[in-house]
Amino acid sequence: MVSEELNITKKNLPAEQGPVQYVNELTTLNLGPTHPATHGIFQNILQMDGEKIVSGEQTIGYIHRAFEKIAERRPFYQITTLTDRMNYCSSPINNMGWHMTVEKLLGIEIPKRAQYIRVILMELARMADHLICNGILGVDTGAFTGFLYIYQERENIYEIYEEICGARLTTNMGRIGGMERDLSPTAIRKINELLDRFPKVLTEFENLFNRNRIFMDRVVNVGGISAERALSYGFTGPNLRAAGVDYDVRVMNPYSSYQDFEFDIPVGQSGDTYDRFMVRNEEMWQSMRIIRQAMNNLPEGAYYADAPQYYLPPKQEVYKNMEALIYHFKIVMGEIDAPVGEVYHAVEGGNGELGFYLISDGGRAPYRLHFRRPCFIYYQAYPEMCKGLTLSDAIVIMSSMNVIAGELDA
Amino acid sequence: MLTNEEVAQIIINQFGEAVSDFDDPYDLLTFSTSREQIIPLITFLKAHPTLQVGFLTDITAIHYPDSVGKEFCVVYHLHSLTNNFRLRTKVYLSVDDIHIPTAIPLFASANWMERETFDLFGVIFDGHPDLRRILNMEEMDYHPMRKEYPLEDGTREDKIDSLFGR
Repeated sequence: MVSEELNITKKNLPAEQGPVQYVNELTTLNLGPTHPATHGIFQNILQMDGEKIVSGEQTIGYIHRAFEKIAERRPFYQITTLTDRMNYCSSPINNMGWHMTVEKLLGIEIPKRAQYIRVILMELARMADHLICNGILGVDTGAFTGFLYIYQERENIYEIYEEICGARLTTNMGRIGGMERDLSPTAIRKINELLDRFPKVLTEFENLFNRNRIFMDRVVNVGGISAERALSYGFTGPNLRAAGVDYDVRVMNPYSSYQDFEFDIPVGQSGDTYDRFMVRNEEMWQSMRIIRQAMNNLPEGAYYADAPQYYLPPKQEVYKNMEALIYHFKIVMGEIDAPVGEVYHAVEGGNGELGFYLISDGGRAPYRLHFRRPCFIYYQAYPEMCKGLTLSDAIVIMSSMNVIAGELDA
Repeated sequence: MLTNEEVAQIIINQFGEAVSDFDDPYDLLTFSTSREQIIPLITFLKAHPTLQVGFLTDITAIHYPDSVGKEFCVVYHLHSLTNNFRLRTKVYLSVDDIHIPTAIPLFASANWMERETFDLFGVIFDGHPDLRRILNMEEMDYHPMRKEYPLEDGTREDKIDSLFGR
């Protein structure tokens, strides 16, 4: 019957026109800058051959805010607020990374308690980061439920941030030389509640996705990258581990007492979207493991270093104590004595190795500060990863790479 | 586990005069080399059977307007993931001849790092296939991270440098 219909169509065609000719023509498609699936402002200009992506080119810089230039005029403690706005899904990691860079420059050794508190906060931030990434990956494949379900836990993590520093997204958490305040009883209670509740939620989230046929059809063998190419492209973090390289800054160059904790580095095999998803899920379990160990072994003692010339003194001291007042004034005016030197400090950020390259000439502000932003470096691989795939695959790959526009453009 | 001295010795044995200024601030081996030697150096480090420096962490630049003939310093951070040591190589360039060969044949990640360095400092990476601005707009006619471009409006009088910055 179908062939009959076709014959009829053919018969109706004007004889001189002949059969329809398809020209092999590429279509240019703008994905972004403001596209619901880019989760931020950046553009991909894709060349499509029908459904298939032939090549792509990224345009970034839409929210470039010149943080490196601004940092050259700011006292060290004011730069923390700039780091918040890079990877805003895991601001505490950026904050702590910056504090540790300055502490390394100044030679401050901070007490164990402060280091453990930092570890707890950094792992909470990693969980929040991976929650968003994996939740959104679900949304981009059409599964809204998991995202909404797991977002409650992100809210709970943000409530812990609120309890600790008063802010939620751009946290400005901690100080150079320690934490601004100790963990309050409410914060401890909320962290413990999260640890009790979260395994159940995460298990349910995994049940929704891990062996879900629709989800797997969308992500397995999509956007794979070999370990060799991933290393060449400067991949770090979960994306590199999904490709099978067990590089984790927390283990290779432990900072803030990470050597005290026992945890595993999950690795994938093919580096595809499914592996990236699974690695992130497993990292959340490992983060919980670290937080539990840190909460159980939280050392007693001070939560800030004995470095009055660098650590902002408590307010009640400032009102009563002459020296505290002097230090307070000097620190707030940025008149601290920084040594001349250059420091590179790396932390394991939510999406990779977040590096701070700080050059000090002894002035009140850095002479030069460079941020090694992980997603700026690995996002280069995006066209290679979606070559030959369809547009819907490209969307899924982008969200599984955890590209954060704020960090991309700094 | 290789110490910084051992790594430095291997590099000196191979390159001799071409590498200099060895130092290890905060335990990170730092040295300088010349523009002609930077690509052979990275190739050597990458191919060396014991060093295996197979990861390019970062490329950036620093502007020193006061040091005549060495105004720009291009900094490479490299990492050996197998041996877990990092090293930092610097190449000093003059503002009149601000050219350096590209590292893209060795590391694909160098592409955007070099574009960023070009965008912000105007360092020209010879052989780069697509050396365009990346963060700033194409129409911009200067390189904003150079020290001669102030962050704020120079005509303002209410902000004194001694109080609000350098």
